[in-house]
Amino acid sequence: MTTVINLPPSLDDKQFESVFAQLAKAQADARVLLDARHTRWASPLGLTALLTVAQSRHVKPALAVPDADDTVSYWARAGFFRHADALYELHGHVPRARATGDSDVLLEITPVVRSDDVHEVVSRIQERSQAILSKELNLDVRATMGFAMTLSEACQNIVEHAGRGGWVAVQTYTWKQRLGRRVVVIAVCDAGIGFRQSLESGNTARARSDRWDDGMALEEAVIRGVTRFRDPGRGQGLAGIRRYIGRWDGKLSVRSGTARISIVPSWDDDVPLEEGLPQFPGAQMQITIPERVEK
Amino acid sequence: MITHIDLGAMLRRTVCELYSDLVTRPTGAAVRTGIEQQLAELAGRTLTVIDFSRVGLLDFSCADEIVAKLLVRCQGWGGDRPHDAYFLLAGIRDLHIEPIEAVLERRALAVVAQPAAGHPDLLGSADGAERVVWAALDQLGRGTGPEIALVAGMAPADAEPTLESLCDRRVIMRDAAEYIALGAVARP
Repeated sequence: MTTVINLPPSLDDKQFESVFAQLAKAQADARVLLDARHTRWASPLGLTALLTVAQSRHVKPALAVPDADDTVSYWARAGFFRHADALYELHGHVPRARATGDSDVLLEITPVVRSDDVHEVVSRIQERSQAILSKELNLDVRATMGFAMTLSEACQNIVEHAGRGGWVAVQTYTWKQRLGRRVVVIAVCDAGIGFRQSLESGNTARARSDRWDDGMALEEAVIRGVTRFRDPGRGQGLAGIRRYIGRWDGKLSVRSGTARISIVPSWDDDVPLEEGLPQFPGAQMQITIPERVEK
Repeated sequence: MITHIDLGAMLRRTVCELYSDLVTRPTGAAVRTGIEQQLAELAGRTLTVIDFSRVGLLDFSCADEIVAKLLVRCQGWGGDRPHDAYFLLAGIRDLHIEPIEAVLERRALAVVAQPAAGHPDLLGSADGAERVVWAALDQLGRGTGPEIALVAGMAPADAEPTLESLCDRRVIMRDAAEYIALGAVARP
């Protein structure tokens, strides 16, 4: 029997919770069909998380692709089907992949497995992003340089901690609903061991405490810079990301296991910590930097 | 003795000919190993100028692996210090400063940096007195404790312990009764 997972019309980080909730009810070895026929929009996190969903299943899942031509065309330009083709049994019309040239897609969905992949990602983002970040988002040169550094550190979290490969994508778009401004969004997702298990492997003091859970693991790693390594120089990547988003009024959210932690800027009304979410393996990180406006 | 290490060339030789960005810990560890191998051939007092001119991006992980760990090993108090080694970072640009400062502060280290344009600077962890005394010596190039104290606007008795602390931290050199700024040593 196949379990049908209905994808929402708008597949962003918040709406994806409904997908995680449906998946949590299905055994990992159950056959599932993700139905995206009515999905009209997906954020970079939505698309990369969809790939990790397939990685988390024991049986190759099926995916009914969006009905809308512009949606499916965008997913193709973002590089989604290039990777989904191997991970999903695809149903519906999939346009042929072609060179993007789409200025909104700063970085097509790219696998991150080894540190060499991080070099490739950083090199590509620098080529494409500088002009767009400065012209469309009014970010100065320091911001564009810091952006590549932030992307590098976010990707290294997969290589160093996930225990398996993941995905990264970067896109700009206008966030009408909340902000009314353009934003650039980095999404980094994996279906690896997640923050809690990674810290447990380092046997940190908190990991031995009674109150240890996914929420506490995220607080330790994201807020306090704790890692599984004893080396005091470790944990600087996430600290650097925090500094960067603080300086440019950005937002960071990281979901892992059953919790999601966010560093929330004044323009957003998200909660700092959500717990008791549906269990999903790995970590899903989203970094949002808004267009700069004169005050 | 002054040794010059082109970090961009070291990256291409030890990791990949196509790379110009110093990102990821494995990359940083490989580059640091290359530097250490080069330093292992040296003896006595050396000033190693690590040149960032041909380096693009530097991330926090790589800065920690290359700069901080190199300093921990060579500026450490332990007996495993390979030789009387001093370091000066040259060709530093704005985009390099933040990650270097962050990793040095985390480990309470300091290093002298010569930006691509401008005067030498003391990066990392240093208190107000250390910065004032270091800047006074940098202005003089070399001098005795009382001479440096005069420029720093401090009493010699206050400046001397700070100069000794800066010597221990290897951001200035001592030569008999005089102290020498690393920037002055490196200048042609």
